[in-house]
Amino acid sequence: MQQEVYGYWLPLNVSAHGEVIDQLINVLHVFMLALFVGWGVFFIHCLIRYRSGANPTATYDPIKAKLSKYVEIFVVVFEAFLLVGLSMPVWSQFKADLPAESEAVEIHVMAEQFAWNVHYPGADGVFGRKAPQFVTPENLLGLDPDDTNGKDDFNSINNLHVPVNRPILIRLTSKDVIHSFKVPVLRLTQDAIPGQEIPFWFEATKTGGFDIACAQLCGLGHYRMRGQLNIQTQADFEAWLAEQVEEEDDGGFAF
Amino acid sequence: MSAEHDHHSEAHGHHEQSFVQKYVFSVDHKVIGIQYTISALFFLLFGFCLMMMMRWQLAYPGEALPLIGTWFSEANMPGGVMVPEFYNQLGAMHGTIMVFMGVVPLAVGGFGNYVLPLQIGAPDMAFPKLNMASFWVFLPGGVIMLASFFVEGGAAQSGWTSYAPLANIAPAGQTWWLVGMIFLITSSLLGSINFIVTTVQLRAEGLSYFRLPFFVWAQFVTSFLLLLAFPPLEAAGILQLMDRVAGTSFFLPAGLVITGQPLEVAGGGSPLLWQHLFWFLAHPEVYVLILPAMGIVSEIVANNTRRPLWGYRTLVYSVIFLGFMSFIVWAHHMFMTGMGTAMSTFFQATTMIISIPSVIILTALALSFHGGSIRFNTPMLFALTFIPMFAIGGLTGLPLGLTAADLHLHDTYYVIGHFHYVVAPGTVFALLAGIYYWFPKVTGRKMSEGLGKIHFWLSLIGMNVVFMPMFSIGMAGVSRRLYDQTQYAYGAQVQELTIIGSYGAWLLGVAQIFFIINLIKSIRGGEKVESDNPWQATTLEWATPTPPPHGNFTEVPKVYRDPYEYSVPGAKSDFTPQFSEEG
Repeated sequence: MQQEVYGYWLPLNVSAHGEVIDQLINVLHVFMLALFVGWGVFFIHCLIRYRSGANPTATYDPIKAKLSKYVEIFVVVFEAFLLVGLSMPVWSQFKADLPAESEAVEIHVMAEQFAWNVHYPGADGVFGRKAPQFVTPENLLGLDPDDTNGKDDFNSINNLHVPVNRPILIRLTSKDVIHSFKVPVLRLTQDAIPGQEIPFWFEATKTGGFDIACAQLCGLGHYRMRGQLNIQTQADFEAWLAEQVEEEDDGGFAF
Repeated sequence: MSAEHDHHSEAHGHHEQSFVQKYVFSVDHKVIGIQYTISALFFLLFGFCLMMMMRWQLAYPGEALPLIGTWFSEANMPGGVMVPEFYNQLGAMHGTIMVFMGVVPLAVGGFGNYVLPLQIGAPDMAFPKLNMASFWVFLPGGVIMLASFFVEGGAAQSGWTSYAPLANIAPAGQTWWLVGMIFLITSSLLGSINFIVTTVQLRAEGLSYFRLPFFVWAQFVTSFLLLLAFPPLEAAGILQLMDRVAGTSFFLPAGLVITGQPLEVAGGGSPLLWQHLFWFLAHPEVYVLILPAMGIVSEIVANNTRRPLWGYRTLVYSVIFLGFMSFIVWAHHMFMTGMGTAMSTFFQATTMIISIPSVIILTALALSFHGGSIRFNTPMLFALTFIPMFAIGGLTGLPLGLTAADLHLHDTYYVIGHFHYVVAPGTVFALLAGIYYWFPKVTGRKMSEGLGKIHFWLSLIGMNVVFMPMFSIGMAGVSRRLYDQTQYAYGAQVQELTIIGSYGAWLLGVAQIFFIINLIKSIRGGEKVESDNPWQATTLEWATPTPPPHGNFTEVPKVYRDPYEYSVPGAKSDFTPQFSEEG
């Protein structure tokens, strides 16, 4: 299983937006390789053909390099195509157009040294109010004890469960320093900046368990700030949610 | 002053300078250049050693470092095994040392100081005392940085970028880092203003702007970058210092909870402000690293292809355009901070635009080889290799500059591979080429070609074995700055590549032994040069006696022609120096 997901190039893609990104990365690398090889052949040809042994007298006049002009123009046009044709649409569609809250599954992720607090709204579907002054070892999210909306909320530490084929809207914050939420199989990186709440979204297309990593140096435990992304079918996801809420009822106050 | 010294002074008349004036607090640009070169080479070696230690931890996480592991304190390497805090210190200091204490001081302080006044036919820099001050501000900055390893909690460990708030809450070493940076930046500012004035004011008669050697152009543009980009970082450094020692909150928002404890600060600051100030410097800084290298390479390529550079004016315009554009691309380092579409569109467009002059410069350099009569001496090998290596570094910048691809590649090993190709087999090779090329002018002796070639081939292999696998590791998704990538399934998957890379790094270390031997051996025992112009070059530095005396030129130099008049049809020899009256 692991062999198939991860390898020496792009890992398996399980996001709806990732396909275009993979296409962009692959097209771009073919372009880069072609440019480098073409240019390299010319360069090596020059090194051999014009070594002092083979060409004792250099030519003063520059060669008329029409081809290089065409190549340069081609590079400009191609870069413009990549930019306007491939990169910008992904960004504007993916970053600017957040899904409507009614359609999306909303989850709050709060990063801290060195864990991901994943905040689910519980059975009522409403997030309780959070504030830094309420943070205790038992209440890592800092949920306001007076807010009734927060009573059934729960914190799934380092475990992000999402349903497949539905837009997932995440509101990302950080308690302490800058972290970065990165999931290679989702083709996704998003910094978590203290003092800001950053919304982003994705839609997973395959079920399975994958790594979440921190991509921004956040201290001595940066390397082990690993989370688990569990992409489940809608039924499994709902069952999991119900189970968590039940545990919440049994265990009482366990944020 | 010693008696021996007094005797020495008497013997040479009363104008003779004391040892201290001549070699320590010298105002001679050449001595200052050598001081910069030696210190920078030492710092480069030191920074490289830090990395070689990190490579052990990366290849064999949690295993005791052989041979030298037990030399370190229990806090850093208990039982010879590196702790994550120490790994982070090595990482942060490797970056800081290589960039701010190694490459820039060598490229600008070393080569710029030594070569630029000679190439424009000046007796010295415009402000010799400012020049001396620049070095004597630089050196304490470097010493402070190195000393920070010995303070409580160790050296800075928040990356060379020192992002707030992590840097704000880091141990005392971060304060030392900031103080050290303020010294280093001040040094660069003093240097840059001097270079600009010198280039504008002290050019020899006949040396118009479009007759300047390309190296001078590169240094000239670089100086503007330093002058305009460093002040924001100096300000930012002082602000972060205030945050740490005076309780301000420039980069700290309210409501931070650090390991369960609320951080008692006023708040209201912004962590992103630091990033903007930092990258407003640090992107032009990339061009500070690369432009002098391009300058050096151009000199050596023209000299060893024995023909004029292809498209000299194109090169000059490109380098000016690069310099200008480098000020408006900085936020491409921040694509993942939650940037809106308008901002990201602007910065990815400028990033694509800045690749164009780089492509033009590379093309011009490659076309310069066409029709040449190429000599493959050691400086030329390093210089010509710069071109494809920089091409790899430049090309791999494209996916990172496009926001969509950057969504996957941001802050992965791909980034590390990309900028190391630019700076290591790119800039560092150019700097090594420069050392081999100008060594005869400085010492009157050539460096050994045999050792030089061993140095070159081993370095070339070592560099590529370290950095090439990084593209694959990054593509697989591995984040940078990880103490142990095998924590992640995809990291474990490519761990073999990391191990291979580490052997490349150590091979690179072995290669440098040949360089160090060559350098030391050649100063006293190298082959003496017969003429003042051993490479049969065309630019003004070769018109001086060898080594150049105080004041440089025995007669006031005059310039008659363009900088690279090699193989002029009908000329007596295959080179016609700028200072030669007849063709």
